[in-house]
Amino acid sequence: MTPLHVSAWYALAASLLQVVLVVLGGPLLLGLMAKLRARAEGRVGAPIRQPLRDIRKLLGKERLRPKHSSAVLALAPYVVLGATTVAVIISPLVTTHPLLRDSADLFVVVYLLLTGSVAMALAGLDTGTAFGGMGSSRAMTVGALAEPALLVSVIALSIQAKTSNLPGIVASTLAHPALASTPTRFLALVALGIVVIAETGRLPVDNPSTHLELTMIHEAMTLEYAGSDLGLVTLGAAMRLGLLVALLVNLFFPWGIASTASIPLLGVAALVLALKASFFAVALSLIEVHSAKLRLFRVPELLAAGFVFSVLAVITGLATR
Amino acid sequence: MVLFGVGLGSIGLGVFATLLLGGRLRSVAVATLGSLGCVLTFLSALDVLRSGRATSFSTSQILPLMGVRFNLDPLGAFFVAMVSFLGVAVLVYDVGYAHQVGRGRVAPCLLLIFIASLIAVPSASSVATFMFLWECMALSSMLLIVVEQRHRLEARSAAQWYGVITQLGAASILFGLLLLAMKGGQTFGDIRSHASTLSPGLRSVAFLATLIGFSSKAGAVPFHVWLPRAHPEAASPVSALMSGVMVAMGVYGVLRVGGDLLAGGALWWWLVVLALGALSAFYGALHATTSTDLKRLLAYSTIDMLGLVLVGVGSAGALRATGQAGMAQLALTGALMLLLAHAAFKGGLFLGAGAIERATGTRDLDQLGGLIDRLPITATFFGLSALSIMAVPALSGFSSEWLLLQGMLHGFVDTNTATLIGLLTGVTVLALTGGLTAVAFVKVLGVGLLGQARSPGAASAHEVPRSMRWAMGLVALPSLAFGVVPGLIVPLVHRAVLVAQPSTGTGLRSGAGLALARLHGAIEPLALLGGFLGVVVLVWTIRAWHHQRAPRSVDAWRGGGEEPSARMQYTATSFGEPLQRVFADVLRPEIDVEVTHEVESRYYEQAISYESRVNDVFERHGYLPVLKYLTLYGRRVRRLQNGSVHRYLAFGFIALLVALVVLA
Repeated sequence: MTPLHVSAWYALAASLLQVVLVVLGGPLLLGLMAKLRARAEGRVGAPIRQPLRDIRKLLGKERLRPKHSSAVLALAPYVVLGATTVAVIISPLVTTHPLLRDSADLFVVVYLLLTGSVAMALAGLDTGTAFGGMGSSRAMTVGALAEPALLVSVIALSIQAKTSNLPGIVASTLAHPALASTPTRFLALVALGIVVIAETGRLPVDNPSTHLELTMIHEAMTLEYAGSDLGLVTLGAAMRLGLLVALLVNLFFPWGIASTASIPLLGVAALVLALKASFFAVALSLIEVHSAKLRLFRVPELLAAGFVFSVLAVITGLATR
Repeated sequence: MVLFGVGLGSIGLGVFATLLLGGRLRSVAVATLGSLGCVLTFLSALDVLRSGRATSFSTSQILPLMGVRFNLDPLGAFFVAMVSFLGVAVLVYDVGYAHQVGRGRVAPCLLLIFIASLIAVPSASSVATFMFLWECMALSSMLLIVVEQRHRLEARSAAQWYGVITQLGAASILFGLLLLAMKGGQTFGDIRSHASTLSPGLRSVAFLATLIGFSSKAGAVPFHVWLPRAHPEAASPVSALMSGVMVAMGVYGVLRVGGDLLAGGALWWWLVVLALGALSAFYGALHATTSTDLKRLLAYSTIDMLGLVLVGVGSAGALRATGQAGMAQLALTGALMLLLAHAAFKGGLFLGAGAIERATGTRDLDQLGGLIDRLPITATFFGLSALSIMAVPALSGFSSEWLLLQGMLHGFVDTNTATLIGLLTGVTVLALTGGLTAVAFVKVLGVGLLGQARSPGAASAHEVPRSMRWAMGLVALPSLAFGVVPGLIVPLVHRAVLVAQPSTGTGLRSGAGLALARLHGAIEPLALLGGFLGVVVLVWTIRAWHHQRAPRSVDAWRGGGEEPSARMQYTATSFGEPLQRVFADVLRPEIDVEVTHEVESRYYEQAISYESRVNDVFERHGYLPVLKYLTLYGRRVRRLQNGSVHRYLAFGFIALLVALVVLA
């Protein structure tokens, strides 16, 4: 990694920009995907900024708590927001020099996201209703089966870059562009793509626009949230999507990220990131348009395929070391 | 050593006190003398760890013929510190726990003997002393399982399974150690200096023999069958000790014999250790997701965690054998940190499980629920330990697993193919078990503590006595401390690592967080925690300012149906069912569904009964057939004995003749 000296102010500004980008960008990605899907189906669809409006409206509403719920239900959205925001702060989204760059380990990000999932799953079980428990059980099952694919592809990337430090991986790709077109990268990209679909509850794993409780995964888990709390939960989920998409595109195609400490470059990097993330969202919504939701017990097969891809990524990485 | 001796002496005084005193005075004496002793041994261990200098003591008086030899080196001191810390917590906990049971004098006496032998085992430095203490530990813990409930069939059967496996294991260890002691002598110093003169074959046999014994103590698959039986049956303070620190003695043994006495050894030894660990971790984690008995689940989770530690120990050994001393050190430091973290959080989980069992009268997760309102303090400490085992960042599980992963990850860089495959298996298993552990403990917390009470016992639970709460708080401390400032603990752990894995340099930079010295990789949990709390407080404040009114309480969503009842909640069984179905090939669940139809029409059901059991595959297809054969054989042999003295005399005579013929 380049021993570049950057001021703490630059790092702070960059990290704040990243948080703003993800807070706004996550919902916008959702809106973009909904729009593309609507167009593909021959509808006009809601404007792209609709999810942002929804969240704003929800946040302004009254706070409602279901009976028999404990502090866990009230605290879970904060945990999700807090853990996701910390992950956003330390990830190299617009710059390779964010705050706490040394702690920006891939495993930290993975486990911060896991912390959010655990908090939501506990919240689903908190009120003691059948749907909440069902959602938690399904979400944790999918999460547990996605975890190996996620960690092993992370390990594949780390072996290649000789570090599990995120800015380090991004910087090594920038320094050795040939790395980006190795078989390891492609295999890991497929594996991580599957993981992102599973972790953010998109088709074919979960249908975010379903209205039937028995088919829900993430929505069932958050069924007990209403009003302003629901706004927080929705924002948390959107940020998670934004972070995962942004990280994925930067891990595999980092060009455009600011690798020197200059404020104008940050603006350029933010624009490029938005463009890259939109491309990914287009790809994701194409998959969604052309696929139906899998039966719950077929999902493990998809995730197992992801796991196999990630193991192959490690093996090719070791073979071409 | 004086401090250490006085500490052990104090526990010994406690043993006498249990025999002489009675009533309330006895429990006070046990707690005071016992925990005083533990504190003293803890301090002496800490002193050894800080200075890095061993202290020793030997006398030819106590044991006949062999004498007694103690040598507290940093590796031993690491384990002594671990045991003593948990020992204090357990003894404090026991005051409230025993008060509620109102038990006799045998149990506290055995408990003290158990703690004392656990403390003494890692300081033993001769084969005789070691085996004597090892047997004290095994026997006292075996008796502790049955002492309070000798009428319960399950407890007796658990003690039998444990007793047989632990004794076979001890025999195997003794065999291995005696092979090593044949040439030079029986002290560990002699073995160490003569180990290089032994033939490689002999060394391998000795290592494998001790490995079988030690890994049966560490609960490695396929020697694990005693854990899911013994841990639920033992009283909770005992199961906390067994699961927190007694299983760690198995790891101690492997490190002492393989790493220290035999100085590393061959590559394949460690690949065997790694494979054992990987199998145990996966199998234990999988069973933990489907178990519904809280303590049985914790026992399977112990198999999982100790499996991960063995993966770390195995990779460290393999890396050392291929000349990567630096990475080996990192991996072993990670493994020992994980072991230390495990002692604290598993101790805490078992103490918490004991409190829950006391308060509700059951440890069946399907009967619990809603405890966070009724046992807020127990639930908080229990939750902290559970989050720690799920490797939530800034808690102890994460920091130690991160270190372990770094050691293995950087070991990939240059090593041979066999080690590569081993390391790859190791990291894959680590990844697989991470998610499964999260499922198991979300189930424990969500079904056990949250939701609504599923039984009258859970509905009428009250918070446990003060001493139990204090003890749970005490063991929850390390989970926070090792997680937030792991860098402060690492130098102490590293002294222990140096004994089993000699090398120069620490591989880590000093500081509150963890940072690899010559490689690129670091975590700063304190800063992460600060950032997290900052964001949470910020969002909280904004919302509190925005919404002045307190939240309104409304009905939960019932999907248009009737008022939700506690019976409609997801249970632990239903929570784990999807994974049970996904891994049906490994778990082999037995499911019975019985449908009773209405008399008028078979299209209407009167009642449906559903039963699902997950049996231990190894027990069913490995142990039970052997036991069946042994019983059959035993019956046949019994036919020879009909009680007639004439026949016995004839047997004796024939045997004498055969012996004479053979000798001639």
